[in-house]
Amino acid sequence: MSNTPKELKYAVTHEWTLDEGDGVVSVGITDYAQESLGDVVYVELPEVGDKVSAADEAGAVESVKAASDIFAPVSGVVTAINEDLEDAPEIINDSPYGDGWFFKIKMSDPSELEHLLSADEYIESVEEE
Amino acid sequence: MGAKIVDFSGWDMPLNYGSQIKEHHCVRRDCGMFDVSHMTVIDIDGSDVRAYLRYLLANDVAKITVPGQGLYSAMLNDQGGVVDDLIVYALPSGFRLVVNCVTTDKDLAWMNEYAQGFQVVLQERDDLSIIAVQGPQAIKRVTSVLGQAIGDTISALKTFTSVFASSSQSGENWQYARTGYTGEDGLEIILPSSEAEAFWWKLHAAGVPPAGLAARDTLRLEAGFNLYGHEMDESVSPLQANMAWTIAWRDFDRDFVGRSALLAASDAGLREKLVGLLLTQRGVLRDGQAVYIAGCEEPGVITSGSFSPTLGYSIALARVPIQAGEWGEVAMRKKRETVRLVTPGFVRYGQPVFANPADQP
Repeated sequence: MSNTPKELKYAVTHEWTLDEGDGVVSVGITDYAQESLGDVVYVELPEVGDKVSAADEAGAVESVKAASDIFAPVSGVVTAINEDLEDAPEIINDSPYGDGWFFKIKMSDPSELEHLLSADEYIESVEEE
Repeated sequence: MGAKIVDFSGWDMPLNYGSQIKEHHCVRRDCGMFDVSHMTVIDIDGSDVRAYLRYLLANDVAKITVPGQGLYSAMLNDQGGVVDDLIVYALPSGFRLVVNCVTTDKDLAWMNEYAQGFQVVLQERDDLSIIAVQGPQAIKRVTSVLGQAIGDTISALKTFTSVFASSSQSGENWQYARTGYTGEDGLEIILPSSEAEAFWWKLHAAGVPPAGLAARDTLRLEAGFNLYGHEMDESVSPLQANMAWTIAWRDFDRDFVGRSALLAASDAGLREKLVGLLLTQRGVLRDGQAVYIAGCEEPGVITSGSFSPTLGYSIALARVPIQAGEWGEVAMRKKRETVRLVTPGFVRYGQPVFANPADQP
């Protein structure tokens, strides 16, 4: 099984969420997702200031092999995007939980975090796929 | 070797050994090796073997007279559709065919059916393996493993020829063919399966990294080579698949399976052609996407689409209406994008065929 850090929260659609404090979370895709996609060649990110709703499309990631939408795990406003991904999308393959983060959201409803999966629950959902 | 393994027509095949893009660049810039033992080797001999293959194949084995010479050919059905594409080599006695993996069973059935009335013996060589070493340094690396004598022999080989030589390790004859599916220099080496693994590890120790099916696909697409089941199949004529050059018409006395259908199609006028597509905007062209051509009611279709690691943007092969000009539009995931139509073949010997997509082809 791929790497699935315990301190993160997960969506069934393969995004991870890290609580950065002050109601801000960073978002990326899981190790399992990057491994399934293979070499990533393009990333579409939202814009800073965009309003997003939980489970809505907030971007896309495209590999040599396939394209996949990225969904916002929680509702809120985009406060930062990882511009390095534009020129070096391979960072997502090399460091899905670190330098490969996609964007940050200032949550409008922090209680939504509780609806996300724990690492164990996410691993279970992947194994059921 | 840390490979991601997929099932390919009953074979456990390596999709990649980590990053397909890194493997791709290795082959373009240095060299890499592929285990392509899933492809099928069929030896054919008998007093009628020449007459049989001249009837069975659209290209003419009369062109290959020296043992080791190779020829690319389609095997057609009566409607002029492609049953398979293959390489045929002249052997000291008879011929050797290397055919696709997924088509092996139907190929053998087809070939046995047409063997009626000919004095021929077909032998599937499942005792053989094929290792492809591809890239600008391929000959040098193989030489470093097998010694200078073999090195001199393979360096002297012309493209699409092969030689049978005893390797330094064993008395068995290996076939070294100056062929490949990447658009680079290199070899496809057909050897006894019992010796393949040891040779693989020796190549690895000599600095040849393994490459998987995924890199093989982007390399062949950049080279503009067809893949059976994508650019052509039993419903597609070689004339619609950029393979007219493989049909030997010149000998009017030679009949071959599919000939009359091809002549009729040619006389009636072709309606489709196979072209290359360039997409310089973001996004990746994918198999099955529609290609819209101004003035044509029926759209064309992408037969193979992917990202080109060498060019840094997406390329594709597509079957489009014959009237298509220089531009088209592809229905992508979320919107239509403009693509440029070019002659298939995007990268050759490490260099882009188009320095800049805005340049004239």
